[in-house]
Amino acid sequence: MSSETHIRVRHVTMAYGSFVLMRDLNFDINRGDIFIIMGGSGCGKSTLMKILIGLKSPAVGEVFYGDVNFWQLDPAQRNDIMKGIGITYQSGALWSAMTLAENVGLPLERYTDLSPAEINELISYKLALVGLAGFEDFYPSEISGGMRKRAGLARAIALDPEIVFFDEPSAGLDPISSRSLDDLILEIRDSLKTTVVMVTHELPSIFAVGNNSVFLDPETRTMIASGDPHKLLKESQDPKVQAFLTRGQETDDAKKLG
Amino acid sequence: MAAEKKMSSPHPASLPPANLVFSRPDPDTLCVQFSGRWELGHNRPAFEKFERELSINVKRLTFDTRRLEAWDSVLVTFFLKVVDRCRQKHIGVVHAGLPEGVQRLFSLATAVPKKTDAHQAAKKRSSLYVVGENAAAFYNSARDMLTFIGEVSLAFVQLLRGQAHFRNSDLGLFILECGAESLPIVSLISLLVGVILAFVGAIQLAVFGAQIYVADLVGIAMVRVLGAVMAGIIMAGRTGSAFAAQLGTMQVNEEIDALKTLGISPVEFLVLPRMLALVLMMPLLGLYADLMGVLGGLIVGVGMLDIDILEYLNQSQNAIRLVDFWVGLFTAAVFGVLVSLAGCLRGMQCGRDSAAVGEATTSAVVTGIVAIIVATSVITIACNVVGLG
Repeated sequence: MSSETHIRVRHVTMAYGSFVLMRDLNFDINRGDIFIIMGGSGCGKSTLMKILIGLKSPAVGEVFYGDVNFWQLDPAQRNDIMKGIGITYQSGALWSAMTLAENVGLPLERYTDLSPAEINELISYKLALVGLAGFEDFYPSEISGGMRKRAGLARAIALDPEIVFFDEPSAGLDPISSRSLDDLILEIRDSLKTTVVMVTHELPSIFAVGNNSVFLDPETRTMIASGDPHKLLKESQDPKVQAFLTRGQETDDAKKLG
Repeated sequence: MAAEKKMSSPHPASLPPANLVFSRPDPDTLCVQFSGRWELGHNRPAFEKFERELSINVKRLTFDTRRLEAWDSVLVTFFLKVVDRCRQKHIGVVHAGLPEGVQRLFSLATAVPKKTDAHQAAKKRSSLYVVGENAAAFYNSARDMLTFIGEVSLAFVQLLRGQAHFRNSDLGLFILECGAESLPIVSLISLLVGVILAFVGAIQLAVFGAQIYVADLVGIAMVRVLGAVMAGIIMAGRTGSAFAAQLGTMQVNEEIDALKTLGISPVEFLVLPRMLALVLMMPLLGLYADLMGVLGGLIVGVGMLDIDILEYLNQSQNAIRLVDFWVGLFTAAVFGVLVSLAGCLRGMQCGRDSAAVGEATTSAVVTGIVAIIVATSVITIACNVVGLG
């Protein structure tokens, strides 16, 4: 895995009006990473993702894609970068008035000059990749929640993006579906060489796929750790990080011993 | 604990009722004896009884629950109140006499300190603050509205340049929804409005023996303004609200975010086909409503006033001028813009939960109807000024 920096976040402060959610975030996401944004509920994980994908501007600070300062671009230029980014949303966010094929096909129609036949081939291929071969003509309301997430992933990788973002991929999934989604994420990273950025607080997923991370702490309103989650588990001295990564067992044990 | 075991089993109705007995093992200590059945749906002693006892020189509080037969949340909430009161009065509470379950539930309920800054909204604000806040909110909503109108205008420019991106199948679907599928309700309402107008007019005109002028009254009123207004109000309730609900739900499902991050303008992709459909269909619906209204008038004229059909039609034809048609069509097109704009604006502004979708829908209808009435007045006055009266 090369360690070339893909996304750099510098001194980012996120705020809603005068309410500061997180301040002074600094971290790097390397090419080919599976980068985990973790932290307890309500700490601003999803907001951080919104800043990275251009849905919400940071109150202070910069986000660099390569050497490009993302938030200083005008919207049209930002769109060009966004074309190289695939996003799967928490609820799937499939366009409900369109079939799965139309969902996956829309970015292709919009940004490529392919003929309808070629587009149909690509749609079938992407749906097959996520295990939904033959579901082209289904509407999002006709398939299960897990299938909707996978269809969302098929749409996200329609344009062979360099980066794929996941907002809580395993939220609301049973352990088996969640595991197979993790495998799928790894598979896609390895075969397409994409960088993956994942917002999650599911420990099994974090340890199964993550090799880099940032830990947001809602109390101090900033990041308190970053790096490989396996390393953090072994080496971090911070009780909050330890508690999070061990489901609070360490601190409970410590309390009992103390 | 005997009391805990009884929790899961249904109790015979014969259990003694809940009661409190107080005793003083020593002068500073109050011992509270719980007895009987402390359960939801059964009478229990008033808290004041305990408070009265507490006010008489107590430094320590103990409990005796040996005669407690059954308990549930009622006992725990009572106990929470007791502890709260004792803390205020600096009285020590000895938990030991309580059933173990109550003690554990108590420590669970008090483990996390009560959040004290959660009720910010309920804080009393000075009236100046409220005025300022409302002014700022008004400014923001006006700005949002203008921004949206600007975005829509830009999207229309894109459309004229042939560069707007939306699916033609969407446009077709919306045209069907706004047009053909609205015909039954538009027929019914306009026909009845025509009938009502003719009835009201007939009574007045009959006094002068001028019943035939019912045709003029109904014809001019419907064609010039009421056909468009009726169609507009129906579409605000039927289609404007549907637009707001559709877009609002898409906002909740992050579908609009998904469009934005793909670099597809939601205004072009979602708002434009909806507006276009309604703006194209509204004049036609208005025209159809005119026809239905005249038909309603005709039914009354022929059925009640004994006017000949041909005579009625002739009278109508002479009364209605072409300029009335144009004004009516123009008004209807304006309503199409207003209703779809209101519906789409409220839908796009929708918050992120299901309650917000309901608010957006209501607000779309209200905004639509207010806009229709205001626009009617403006157009009527403007027509007068430029001599189209």
